[in-house]
Amino acid sequence: MIAAVAPMATETEQIGEPAVNIAIFGVFVLITLVIVFRASRNNKTAADYYAAGRSFTGPQNGTAIAGDYLSAASFLGICGAIAINGYDGFLYSIGFLVAWLVALLLVAELLRNTGKFTMADVLSFRLKERPVRMAASLATLAVVFFYLLAQMAGAGGLVALLLGIEGTGAQGVVIAVVGALMILYVLVGGMKGTTWVQIIKAILLIAGAAVMTVWVLSKYGFNLSDLLQGAVDKAGEGGEALLGPGKQYGATSMSQLNFLSLALALVLGTAGLPHVLMRFYTVPTAKEARRSVVWAIWLIGIFYLFTLVLGYGAGALVGPEAIKAAPGGVNSAAPLLAFELGGTILLGLISAVAFATILAVVAGLTITAATSFAHDIYASVIKKGHINPDGEVRVARVTVLAIGILAIVGGIFANGQNVAFLVALAFAVAASANLPTILYSLFWKRFNTSGALWSMYGGLISCLVLITFSPVVSGKVDPVTGASLSMIKDTSVDFHLIELENPGLITIPLAFILGIVGTYLSKGKSSPEKYAEMEVRSLTGAGSEKAVTH
Amino acid sequence: MSEAADGLETDYQRVQRSDEFQALKRRFRNFVFPMTALFLVWYFVYVLLADYAHDFMATKVWGNITVGLLFGLGQFASTFIITMVYARWANTRQDAVAERLRLHIEEGTVGQGGGVA
Repeated sequence: MIAAVAPMATETEQIGEPAVNIAIFGVFVLITLVIVFRASRNNKTAADYYAAGRSFTGPQNGTAIAGDYLSAASFLGICGAIAINGYDGFLYSIGFLVAWLVALLLVAELLRNTGKFTMADVLSFRLKERPVRMAASLATLAVVFFYLLAQMAGAGGLVALLLGIEGTGAQGVVIAVVGALMILYVLVGGMKGTTWVQIIKAILLIAGAAVMTVWVLSKYGFNLSDLLQGAVDKAGEGGEALLGPGKQYGATSMSQLNFLSLALALVLGTAGLPHVLMRFYTVPTAKEARRSVVWAIWLIGIFYLFTLVLGYGAGALVGPEAIKAAPGGVNSAAPLLAFELGGTILLGLISAVAFATILAVVAGLTITAATSFAHDIYASVIKKGHINPDGEVRVARVTVLAIGILAIVGGIFANGQNVAFLVALAFAVAASANLPTILYSLFWKRFNTSGALWSMYGGLISCLVLITFSPVVSGKVDPVTGASLSMIKDTSVDFHLIELENPGLITIPLAFILGIVGTYLSKGKSSPEKYAEMEVRSLTGAGSEKAVTH
Repeated sequence: MSEAADGLETDYQRVQRSDEFQALKRRFRNFVFPMTALFLVWYFVYVLLADYAHDFMATKVWGNITVGLLFGLGQFASTFIITMVYARWANTRQDAVAERLRLHIEEGTVGQGGGVA
């Protein structure tokens, strides 16, 4: 995911047939639009709009979670990273997968039993409602914003790669079209429509990757060792380095520390991602929430195993040099491999799936942000609960429009910018601002409002500050070319104070400690009645939100 | 269920105090906390080895299959195994108890006396 937004190489020939890519993508859009409109007919209440009436089954929701989680960046980015850097690319996927055990064991079921629509529902259950909701919602909006911007900025790169559209203006138009489609899905379909888009996309993505994996393996007699040998041979001198770790992160002790920080943020971030948490409310019971995570873990895990084969396959059959030279750079590994294997048609299919992926992930993020704003900030903090659910949903729809437009503008603005760090930042914020408070409020009786606010604001602010003064924003210079590798391209501007590029190693422990310090500094105790209610509800499901029957 | 009702207690507190709930909670925590510690330690051992023990991880076991690749695939295997073990355990050991307690609370048949929240 981190390698998602590579600088675009221009002036290179287009592979495949953009018209085919666009046509196949058009078919996908058409089919999903029909489904979204059909699904929207039952969107009556807030529970329908935000949580799809809590009517999805575990397997359906698990597939949708996989669709939400496997972004274009994780498909294109991880394949590319493995093709170029070998083993180090594989390390990403492991963090992304193991993280799901935190969600399965500690969060999913308890959250489903105690909440309604958002993460803040759980946190404010036994703490002071308004300040806690405000903090949780701000953290949610921050995570979603960083994640959204990274996805939209990546869309520009995909456009160049898959549709052969060059020039910022034309790419901007395509980003706007993608954004407008996403707004339409979310506005009309609500959570139900969004979920169906994610389910269809997940099936297409995993099926496409499966076909390509079998295809690649069949070229090497289904012998993984021979495939690896192919990648080593194709890479030429130093190709052996692909087989072990260290090619990307092993350069300096600082890059090793950066990797450790990233690994920590990945494994603890997932269970704090608001758009993932919100998916647990779309099923009727905690048992179905458990089944969804089990399905998600299998689908995501198997998919990452595919990317291992596809990454080395791209390295062996296309070659790192050809990948780096293609428009889209590292991200082009999987599409180039598709073209190598199945020509124009397979390339078109894989390209359309990659586009569908952006659409589905962005839709999931948007409905999460809109729900959090309408349900937590508008209805609870501003209106103090004096608003009917219809009014709340109307606000959510307006928010969808606003966020959609923001995402389009941000995507056009960030197009071609180096914003890869934003995904890592989103995980770091989720792990520092959200996860400690979620765990404390579920498992620690003494925990109180003061602790929650210290932990959430402390985690959020420390992440933002550390990133601002890190080399990802200013002062990172390529020692060979002298070009800037930071977000600020002017190498004379340099205000970086710390070397760490991912803040997680500092901010995650800090937020856990702040939660404890804040709790003991305040005399406030959480009410024993509320704690009893939360504990009993979380483990038994008594009084939990029921599915809507139509 | 619990007998002592002082009239100020809520149903939830009464259930919380009950032996059946306490046993449910103990079983849950005794399962998920050690399991979480286990997979996090195993994950960080792997990450630290990949980060700092390059030569060891690059050792070939057979053909081009390295120690690092086997450890990485081991992370996948352990994740799948823990997932299935937990799901089976929760389905067979916890769900029935949780469901019985839920029905007690929702049908208002917790102990006797007032104080329903």
